[in-house]
Formats: sequence, C-alpha cells, structure tokens
Amino acid sequence: MSIILNHVNYIYSEGTKIAQHALKDINLQIGDGEFIGIIGHTGSGKSTLIQHLNGLLKPTSGEVYYNGRDINDKDFSRKELRSKVGLVFQYPEYQLFETTIFADVSFGPKNQGLPENEAGLRAFEALRSVKIPEELYYQSPFELSGGQKRRVAIAGVLAMKPEVLILDEPTAGLDPMGRDEILDEIARLHKERNMTVILVSHSMEDVAKYVDRLIVMNGGVVAYNGTPREVFSHYKKLERIGLSAPSVTYLVHDLFEKGYDVDVNATTVDEAVETILNCFKK
Amino acid sequence: MLRDITIGQYYPEESFIHKLDPRVKLLGAFLFVVSVFIYDNLLGFAIMTFFLGLCIVTCKVPLKFMVKGLRAILFILILTGVINLFLTPGTSVFSWRFINITKQGIYNTVYMIIRLTYLVLGSSIMTLTTTPTRLTDGMETGLRFLKFFKFPVHEVAMMMSIALRFIPILIEEADKIMKAQMARGADFETGGLIKKAKNMVPLLVPLFVSAWRRAGDLAMAMEARCYNGGEGRTRMKPLKYQKCDYIAYLILFIYLGAMIATRIIFKADTLFGMYS
Amino acid sequence: MGIIKAVKLCHEYIHRDEEGNVDNIETALDNVDLDISQGDFIAILGHNGSGKSTLAKHMNVILSPSEGTMYVDGKDTSDEDELWNIRQTAGMVFQNPDNQIIAGIVEEDVGFGPENIGVPTKEIWARVENALSKVHMEKYRHHSPNKLSGGQKQRVAIAGVIAMKPKVIVLDEPTAMLDPIGRREVIETIEELNKKEHVTVILITHYMEEIVNADKVFVMDHGKIVMQGTPREIFSKVDELKSYHLDVPQITLLAHKLREKGLNIPEGVLTKEELLERLCQLS
Repeated sequence: MSIILNHVNYIYSEGTKIAQHALKDINLQIGDGEFIGIIGHTGSGKSTLIQHLNGLLKPTSGEVYYNGRDINDKDFSRKELRSKVGLVFQYPEYQLFETTIFADVSFGPKNQGLPENEAGLRAFEALRSVKIPEELYYQSPFELSGGQKRRVAIAGVLAMKPEVLILDEPTAGLDPMGRDEILDEIARLHKERNMTVILVSHSMEDVAKYVDRLIVMNGGVVAYNGTPREVFSHYKKLERIGLSAPSVTYLVHDLFEKGYDVDVNATTVDEAVETILNCFKK
Repeated sequence: MLRDITIGQYYPEESFIHKLDPRVKLLGAFLFVVSVFIYDNLLGFAIMTFFLGLCIVTCKVPLKFMVKGLRAILFILILTGVINLFLTPGTSVFSWRFINITKQGIYNTVYMIIRLTYLVLGSSIMTLTTTPTRLTDGMETGLRFLKFFKFPVHEVAMMMSIALRFIPILIEEADKIMKAQMARGADFETGGLIKKAKNMVPLLVPLFVSAWRRAGDLAMAMEARCYNGGEGRTRMKPLKYQKCDYIAYLILFIYLGAMIATRIIFKADTLFGMYS
Repeated sequence: MGIIKAVKLCHEYIHRDEEGNVDNIETALDNVDLDISQGDFIAILGHNGSGKSTLAKHMNVILSPSEGTMYVDGKDTSDEDELWNIRQTAGMVFQNPDNQIIAGIVEEDVGFGPENIGVPTKEIWARVENALSKVHMEKYRHHSPNKLSGGQKQRVAIAGVIAMKPKVIVLDEPTAMLDPIGRREVIETIEELNKKEHVTVILITHYMEEIVNADKVFVMDHGKIVMQGTPREIFSKVDELKSYHLDVPQITLLAHKLREKGLNIPEGVLTKEELLERLCQLS
C-alpha cells in the first residue's frame, strides 16, 4: 500500500463567509504500481485532492499516509515526500525558468541535495526518457515548441525519480499527435519503471484507454471508484454530474437495447470493434 | 496568503456610494486622506470616525471584507508601531535594560496606527465601490486638464485599468507557480535574506514570462477589437453628474470644513495629538 | 467572391539574430487559396505549427500578407484605409479566455469594441444587451470576469465580437483551455449564432467532435491547405488524416475499423445514430 487517505476533509478559507468545503470525507487507497485516472469537472475537488498527496495542502481533518507514515507528522520530511511523490501541474511549461533545458531539469535533483554530477546524470536520463533530442539540451527552454516544453517540464519532475507520478491534465491544449505522444510516454514509464501513475483528465476516451482504475470526483466526494468498465456502466448517472462515458459506450448500450448481444462494458474503440464483430459475424 | 489582498477589488452592491460618480469618490478619497493628516484633537477624531463609519455603513460592503484588506498592510502597521513605540524620546513610563517606552511613544504609536488604518479603509471604500473601469474613467475625465501639459491621460488610465484587472489573475498564477516549484523541491521559506531572494528566481522568471505573454495576447485582442487609442472613442457609461453627486460634494466640503475648523478652533488635546 | 477569399496568400516569419541579420525564414503560409461563402460554418484543422493560426490572423489584419492577397468582404486587407472596417467585419476570439477580456465587468467588456469604433452611447447599450442575450449571458452582465467559468468567459468574448455586428467570427482554438462542459457551451453558442444570425463562423480546433456539423472543413499542413470538403468527405479518409497528425471522432474511427474487418459500413460515418442505423441494416 503506498498511499492511503483516511477521512480527509479540506475546507478553503475555513471560518469565513467564503469558506468552501472542497473535499468531504475522502477515503482512498492507492497501491504500488497502479495506473489511476481521476476525472471530474472543474471545481469537483480533483486538483485539491492531488495536492494533498504530496503535502502541498494539509487536510483540515483526517490523515494522508505514505508507505504507512502520516505525511503531516512533524518528523516526516517534506523534502523526502516531494521527491517520492512527483506532481506535474497543469500547463507545466509555465514553470520553466532556467537558461538551459538541462539546468532546468536539474533543478529538482539539486533541491534534493544531490551533488552536481549526480543531478546532471538524473537530468540526462529524464530528458532522454521524454525523447528530447540531445542537441537541444543546452538551448533555452523558452524557444521550444509547446509540446516539447511540456515534455521538458515533465522531465523536470521525472529527474527526481519519484515513486508516484501525478499529472494534472498533461495533454491540455496539445494537438492530437502531441496528446497521444505524451500519454504513450506516460504509459511506457508506468510499465518500465513500475511507477504508480495518477492521471487527472477531462477526456473519458483517454482515461478509458490507459488507466486500470478510475476515480470520479463530484462536489468534493468520490462518486465512483473502480475499473473504467465498472465506472462507465453508470454512464447515465455520470451524465447527471456533467460527465459522459466515451462515445463507443453509448453505441454498444444502444445496440444492446435494440436486442443485439454485445458487451455493454466496452469502453475503448478496440473493445467495441471486438464485441460488435463477434455479434455481427455470427 | 496572496489571496487576502482586497485593495483594488470591486465589491458589487447597489448602494448610494456605489452609484456616485467616480470623480466624486476620487476627490472624496483625496479629501479624506488630507483630513487624516490634519486632525489633531479628539473632536476631529470623532468627526473623522463618524464620517468613515457612515461611509462604511452606506456602502454596504461587509466590514469583515474591508478588514481583510488591512491584513496586507499588517506588517507595515506593526513595523511603524514598533519603531514609534521604542524610538520616541520623552517621559519614560517603562524601562528595562535597553528598552525604553515613553508616554509620547505610546501616543505616537496609537496615532500612527489609527492614521494608517483609516487611510487604508478610506481609500479601499473608493476601490471597493467603484469598478476599475469607472475609476479610471473618473481619472481620465477628472484629470483631463493634464492633457494640456502633454500628459497621456487616456493611455495611463487604460494601463491602470488593465493592471487592475490582471492583478488577481497574476496573484493566482504566482500561487500556482510557487506550488509547482515547491513540488520540485524549491524552498521559499528558509534561509537568510540573500538566499531567500535567490530562491525567488524560480517564481519570478516564470511569472514575468507569463505576464509578458499575456500582455502580447491582450494587445492583439484589443487591436482585433479595433482599439486605436483614445481618439474617436465613445463611452458606454459616460460620466454625468447626478443630483446625488452634488449632494455628496456638499457633504464632502462640509466634512472638510468641519475638520479644518476643529483644528483651528480647538487646541490639540493630550489624548491623541499633543505629541505628534 | 465569398466573404473571405485568399489568393496565393503567403506569410513568412523572419527571425533575426542579435545583430539584426536574417537568421532564418519560416514559411507559415504557402500559396493558400481559399474562398468562403457568407453564412457558412467552416472548420480549419491542422496540428500545432501547421499555419492555421497564422491564416486566422490574416482575416482580422493582425498580420498582413508577405505575398498574395486576402480579401475580407471584398476589401483587400493590405489597404490601410480599410483596416478598421475589416476588423469590424471579421471579429476574432482567441484561445486564452483570460487574455482577451479587457474590462473588469462583463457588460463593460462587451461594450469595449463598440466604444472603440465610436458608436453613440445609447446604441452601445442596445448592442451590449443584444450581444449578451445571443450568448445567454444576460444574468452575468454585472459580474467580474474573474468569477466566471472558462466557458462563460469565452461566451463573453464572443459577445464582445457580436457587439461589433460582424459578418464573420473567427475563433482560434476557443475551446482548447476548457473542460468538456465549457466546450459544449461554446460550441452550442457558435452553432446557434451561425444558424439563427447567419454569421459566417470559422472555427479552428483540435477537437474533431466539434466540427461534425460544419459545412466545410479545411485541413492544413506545412502552411498549405492539403484537404478540403464536407466533414463526411474529410473523415472518410482516416489514414490520410493520420498522416497529418490528426484524429477522427471516436465513432468514425470505430466505423472505419469495423469496415476494415469486413463489415459493410461506408467511410465517413459521423454520429452514433448513423452508425447504429448502419449496423441495424446489416442484420
């Protein structure tokens, strides 16, 4: 068990008129090596939730445990936590600040207290794993294209060698190819390094394709928690909270209602192809 | 922490003060600031407090909301307080080792804190009840005479209104960047002054880059909407004095007159003014 | 001639080094020919850097052609006397909702454009009223833009353009920074404007689902228009689209894959209902 949230509540501006109960009694377990998707519309509490996982926000009540230890304990090192739980914010390219790409990516490892050469090695590895061509390493990060900037920013967190990687909408604003590249990259990192990955996304199609487990947030509570198939089987209820299942899910449900014997739990294009072919080729 | 700054924020409400012409409010704020500096006795203080209280009640902005704005200047308040308390020479009332508190020091401290608090409250009534656009409209019209001295009144007013609109956005952005860098192990809290300043680079560079990008975007958006400087522009909400504005002017001048009169007629009393 | 027409339009970005010498020249638009009819709903697709934003900026004279000509409502965009007329005719909505709202109150922002072109006060109010109702934002007219959701902000930006009484609205990735709810709000708003007000809409986007109702789609790559046609025609060429780094809607992709596996389904199926019908016909 790597992360456990126990009755976590979070209230913004507690005690004032504008107080906002952003998280309500959240209980979650996130195991080692899981690939998890978090969905929910703006204001559902998903951003607040992920900021609890690396101690940027402290629960108003309740506890967050990392490998069995309460991360908000006085003797728990924040520095250590932040290098174990890497968090990539939305539009991470807006955090780039160094004069060269290489220096920017080394920022995290240096903050971890690693010596210069070790930090450099980490930066080198991280940049290679996000496929930034070597000739760019000593260029200014501000001259890169949007997609490249984002990959450099992700490398900045990877260089800290986190055990858990959290990404807040890593594909926002990218074009279809940029989106697929980043997501494939993340899936590969998950597989190769057995890293726990938590992906916050708006896109049902994306999460259905990649994640093992889906957490749906709504109004500060966990509305659903299960495999994409389980969660999307509630597609009608999802709509009531402003979300929707992938379009193929709707199609297989409609087919089923018309009396065709298809698997209504298909959530990706490939799953839908398979079940429809099975049904129609008979 | 950064979100607490209420100065320059508009609080929508339908009150007498909200409806006033921004020129009236600008002059009002100016006269109030003057009065804060000229009062020197208890009666003046009472009139001033009454006037401020009246404005606060009429403008319908919750007092809590205004007081929140004071938090931003808390540091300045404490600093001025401490300096005045310990460094004013005079009759000693309390002495311990090198610390020496004087009667005059206490008076000065109280006096300065009142002045600063009233100053901020008074001017925040203006900004809380006037939209940034109307405020700059007020400046642009009210200070039109400066054009005569080749001062770019319209341009400055436009710059100010844009700055006011983007302050909350940039504050939120600074908050976000700070968190993102903290997630990469950045440390904004510990260390000496120089180290702290150096640690701000990862925050300031992205913030500056972002402000620059936003400025470029905004300029393009304004151009696309036919913005071409102040020439030939009409107004959606042109400034026109109403009856209530004349009444407000009258009240303002009565107030100022009263404040001047108390200073001339009554002598400074010992409670609030004598040692200042 | 249509409302927007480009003839051999070229645009080059010239990058200079520190001494001001030409470092390299980037061709963003390469001999683009384009003719758009009044009242159409046009979509422009292309990956980042394909030149679609540059093309959009020519319609509003934010950029001027390096070579060739761009006509907006019959007026040549390189004619400086027509600059303000053209900008009124072709309004523009940008990607970042925060960076295009100028005023601190919704209604004042909508009035910003009309103020700039010297519309009399009384008419500004009428135009603001009308524009806000067209995007269904009347309720928020006294609000601060900072308190609105992304979709609402974009609708305010659209209202700001409508208040100029344009014939064309060019939207440069207006939904890229929004969540699904905001995206739907914006797309519904512009579809309604196109149908009810007959405003020509030119929508640049990465979201393929948004353009299934378009009259015509242009695909750009390396500064050139490489494909054009109805959404059905465009989306029936799944592999060609992929070669330009683009997607098709999920349903279209499903239909395409089923067809590849031998089911008798035509290319270019756009909606769920259509695919459902085709499948039901099979058995």
